[in-house]
Amino acid sequence: MSSEAPRSAYSPGDAMVHVRAVQNTSGRSTLWRIMALTWRHPWMVIITIASTIIASTLQLAVPRLLGIAVDQAAGLLDGVKAEEALWTTAMILFGVSVGRGLFTMSMNYFGEAVGHHTAYELRLAVYEKIQRLSFSYHDKVHSGDLITVGMLDLEGVRMFFATGVLRVILLGILIGVGAFMLLTTDVVLGLLALSFAPFVAWVSSTAQLRLRATWLTLQEMLQNLSRVMEENLGGIRVVRAFAGQKHEMQKYDVASDAALRLAHQRVDIRVKSTSAMNFTFFASMALVLWVGGEKVIAGEMTVGTLASFLTFMTILQMPVRQLGLMVNSFARASTCGNRLFAFLDLEIEIKDEPGAQPLKLTEGTLRFENVDFAYPSAPFRPVLSGVSFEAKKGETIGIVGRPGSGKSTIAHLIPRFYEVTGGRVTIDGQDVRAVTLDTLRKAVAVVQQDSFLFTTNIENNIAYGDPWAKEQRIARASEYAQLHNYIMGLPTGYETIVGERGVSLSGGQRQRLNIARSLMLRPAVMVFDDSTAAVDAGTEQRIRTAMKRFAKDRVTIIISHRLSSLMHADQILFIDEGKIVERGTHAELLELGGRYRALYDLQVRPGDDVLEAAE
Amino acid sequence: MTEATLNAEDESESEDRRRRPPRAVVGSSLDKEEEIFGKAYDPRIVRRIWAFVRPYRKQIYLSVAAVLVFTLTQLAIPLIIRFAIDNGMATGGGGREILLWAIVGFFFTILVNYGASYIQESVVGKAAERVLFDMRRAMFNHLQRVSLSWMDKTEVGRLMSRLMGDVNSMQEFLETSVLSVGDLVLLFGIIGVLLWLDPVLGLVTMATMPVLFIVRLFWLPPAKKSFMDAHHTNSAANGALAEGINGVRTVQSLDRQQVNFHLYEEKAHANLRNHLRAAKFAQVMVPIVDTLTGISMATVIVLGGQMVLGRQLDVGVMVAFLFYIQRFFDPIRSLTMQYSVFQRAMSSGQRITEVLDVPVTIEDKPGALKLTYDMDGSVEFKNVTFGYRKNQPVLKNVSFRVNPGETVAIVGPTGSGKSSCMSLVHRFYDVWEGSVTVGGHDVRDVTQESLGDQVAMVLQEPFLFTGTVLENIRYHKTSATREQVIEAAKAVGAHDFITSLADGYDTKIEQRGGNLSLGQRQLISFARALVADAKILVLDEATANIDSYTEMLIQKALKRLLEGRTGLVIAHRLATIRGADRIIVLQNGELLESGNHDELMKKQGLYSKLYTMNYSSFDDLPENAEDMAAAAVGKAT
Repeated sequence: MSSEAPRSAYSPGDAMVHVRAVQNTSGRSTLWRIMALTWRHPWMVIITIASTIIASTLQLAVPRLLGIAVDQAAGLLDGVKAEEALWTTAMILFGVSVGRGLFTMSMNYFGEAVGHHTAYELRLAVYEKIQRLSFSYHDKVHSGDLITVGMLDLEGVRMFFATGVLRVILLGILIGVGAFMLLTTDVVLGLLALSFAPFVAWVSSTAQLRLRATWLTLQEMLQNLSRVMEENLGGIRVVRAFAGQKHEMQKYDVASDAALRLAHQRVDIRVKSTSAMNFTFFASMALVLWVGGEKVIAGEMTVGTLASFLTFMTILQMPVRQLGLMVNSFARASTCGNRLFAFLDLEIEIKDEPGAQPLKLTEGTLRFENVDFAYPSAPFRPVLSGVSFEAKKGETIGIVGRPGSGKSTIAHLIPRFYEVTGGRVTIDGQDVRAVTLDTLRKAVAVVQQDSFLFTTNIENNIAYGDPWAKEQRIARASEYAQLHNYIMGLPTGYETIVGERGVSLSGGQRQRLNIARSLMLRPAVMVFDDSTAAVDAGTEQRIRTAMKRFAKDRVTIIISHRLSSLMHADQILFIDEGKIVERGTHAELLELGGRYRALYDLQVRPGDDVLEAAE
Repeated sequence: MTEATLNAEDESESEDRRRRPPRAVVGSSLDKEEEIFGKAYDPRIVRRIWAFVRPYRKQIYLSVAAVLVFTLTQLAIPLIIRFAIDNGMATGGGGREILLWAIVGFFFTILVNYGASYIQESVVGKAAERVLFDMRRAMFNHLQRVSLSWMDKTEVGRLMSRLMGDVNSMQEFLETSVLSVGDLVLLFGIIGVLLWLDPVLGLVTMATMPVLFIVRLFWLPPAKKSFMDAHHTNSAANGALAEGINGVRTVQSLDRQQVNFHLYEEKAHANLRNHLRAAKFAQVMVPIVDTLTGISMATVIVLGGQMVLGRQLDVGVMVAFLFYIQRFFDPIRSLTMQYSVFQRAMSSGQRITEVLDVPVTIEDKPGALKLTYDMDGSVEFKNVTFGYRKNQPVLKNVSFRVNPGETVAIVGPTGSGKSSCMSLVHRFYDVWEGSVTVGGHDVRDVTQESLGDQVAMVLQEPFLFTGTVLENIRYHKTSATREQVIEAAKAVGAHDFITSLADGYDTKIEQRGGNLSLGQRQLISFARALVADAKILVLDEATANIDSYTEMLIQKALKRLLEGRTGLVIAHRLATIRGADRIIVLQNGELLESGNHDELMKKQGLYSKLYTMNYSSFDDLPENAEDMAAAAVGKAT
């Protein structure tokens, strides 16, 4: 969309507009909600439906015209008149064919277009919703499920208009009007000509529903198979180290055979239904030919009428067989739509409160006041209780404790990734819940232990939080994080693509990139959440030295297992079971001779005596 | 680097924040593996594919025969109708008796049609599935044996797309190529029948056929491109969505939602546009085909009708013509589409054969020995030179011996060749020069399986498979009893945390152990090595910082694991290094020094330098390893 480049897209816009549109339809049944969303494009819907009606009417005219032509040719009129009549019929038929083609095109095109437009809006809604749902939601939902919602469910909803709704109209007219025409011409023959329809419709519908059910199972089995292969290939060293090839092939064969069996079953279902449908169709055609033939011989009917019955059947055959697809489309739209709407209707737990103000930074002081916290999934298991501390600009706070003691939770509460359950967190006296999320998160950077690398070049990855940044600043940040030299050593330097499908970085390199990324934000509060665990001690030392000047203008919080990372802090908090059990400077805590001291001994003098003493 | 550049709010920068962020993308910056449209027919690849089809050739012959019969019955039906009209219903014809015979013939034909359609689709469908599964199994089986250096260079994702995607795209090809035989027969059958019924009317009616051919010829390339474009933008949008899901925490931490939304909107919009364009291309054929059908029908009515009037043509023939015209264009449509299916299949076939052709470099010698438990358990490197790329040796003339029952720690900076030593003991690669012996036998003289039985390995990244904890611990020895597993877990100190899991030893491990901590995974992999009960243990210690409590457990487990075994440990942790009987220091692929801790400290070489540099771990120093090494060498000389 380069042509619309300078729109105000990058200043606050209304990304939620499509989410709201979906939510406005809530309270109705799923299929109605899909229809309501479709109706956001009324002109396209109207054109499509009109085209469908016209196309199916023209379609019905063809057998009639052919029958007339046959009768005209069979000499029911005399010589010259007959010739003229033939010309007239031929011209009308030609016109009808062209018209049918054009309106069918319009029906199909606009039918699909409606679906694509609706899908486009739903896509945006899903994407925005994913971005805005808080951590506690993403903690409990598997990423694969979200991908299913965003890809497969969306597809099911998209197809509904064209393969479900339109088919109903088309079939309704073809069968309804067609049946009326046939039955008014000849009741018996009409019934015979239509006799295949109920059976084929039934076979087709049950087969489609079974195929859909088995398709879902087959997908699971194939996923299972690909998981077996993926694990094997990813862990090929373990497999070979333990001479596990035979065992692995067995595992593979079990998964593969199960999938193959089901695939064969599906072939059976499909083949049985198609050959049964073909047979039924032809059988009723034979009956029409027989009974109709008798009538022609008896002089009760013209050959042309018989021919029009037969061609009418050929025209009806395809749409009736597709009835199964229509039924399938309804079933699919209903389940997919259910999941999709349930997702889009979710309440976002953490968002700007009404009347939230932008964060105003003055002193740059961070304060925890009697903070309690429990995860929403386990509200009765306190993770933090009564945590209070204060950090002024330029100060460094070190936090240490066992895994699961609640250290990282402290980091997550500052940018409001989770909501405190008691007490409050303030920055310059403003409760984090009273300020806007975007200004808060710009002011607080949490460097996580493991963060996501985007499949793009290193430069873009570092500038992820500030994509307008200039090159020099990116280079500075990576110099601070001790990553610059490594990057310059790569053949393509900052242009090197990393991430899932690019060059893979070691754990330590990823962590350093992560640090550089957070530095780009120029945050008022910078939290290192075990973010140097994979960086070696020497490099960490150099990062710390580089950061010293940077730390003057902000609050720095260091959470780590490694005491060397945080023993220079102005204040060290020792957390256990969600409470601060010891606090003070490194010297004070050593003096105290408590838990901190024990940990220090363990890390710095790891002889046998300490191992035993620690037991 | 000055403070100002990083910290100050640059005015010019803040001003242009309304413009498109120059450094922002969502979704992969890499293009999807371009679908190469190769030749539609490549004899070499067809031969390779045929090798997989060959075992099922009887089924294929049968279904081709069924397709022929099926098509012939399809062709026959309008002829029977014509016969019934002209001979049964026409005045002066045979009357009811002939009509009855025609109906009997009709029923007979559709019974044959029923049987043929069943056989054709069922046999070819099932055979195609079997061929696919055979292909995939052959590839997977081959990958179990190809050299690790090839596996190292190849992304798992890329292999998976070959194992799943390329194999699946062969399916369409296998199924439709038999059916396209039917299309061809139908096309020529219709032409033949029409000419036979009435050559003049036939020729005039079919005049529209080449028109459609020519139209399709011009239509196909741009249409195909528009379909591909739609496909590409769709995967681009889906890729961006997947990224948004997996990276959501980072996105929120760095407050990128607004920017990402608009970038995603662009991708989604491009996708919308391309799909609408593709729909236009697909649908524009509808009125063209309908117009041509209309022309043909009008011709039959005017010309055929006049012939009927002039008694030059039976009315039944005219009806038959009208029936055939309805089926006229179907085979042309599917045959022209078939061309792209062939092209796709050839490029998939190309990629599949590439995988099957990867050479297997390491194989058991004919008559290779079986290494047994009663060998002495020593490991020796004799003048080993080895590398991964030509002229770039990673190990240079390295010799050392690990005596039975001894624990030797290998230390050195990244790139010093530590991991290569470990891989060589297991014969993941073959040495260039010199030899590696285990229990006195050259590793090239023993079977790989027996070597795997006697040398247990613990990797730096503990790799767990989907399955229960129990299955993971007895991964190597599936015959191990539950008691043996529990015993091993107790010995390495993993029992306590395992029993505290939801289902104890039967707890399912998900997503490669994502529900366990790194330390716990490490302990499970120790238990796994203990159950394997090998004489020799090769271990690459984890570098990542584990919390001190777990680390203590691991240290104790390690001790237990090395008891009574020969141990070769790539060590990073002080405690491990100090606990070893001997320390070997590698640097740039050369053995620099060896001895125990005290001896090496006295030497004042690289070891003592590394030792004083680090605090509590012996991690690698990626960036300044070179300077360090130089400094150390400078000191030593």
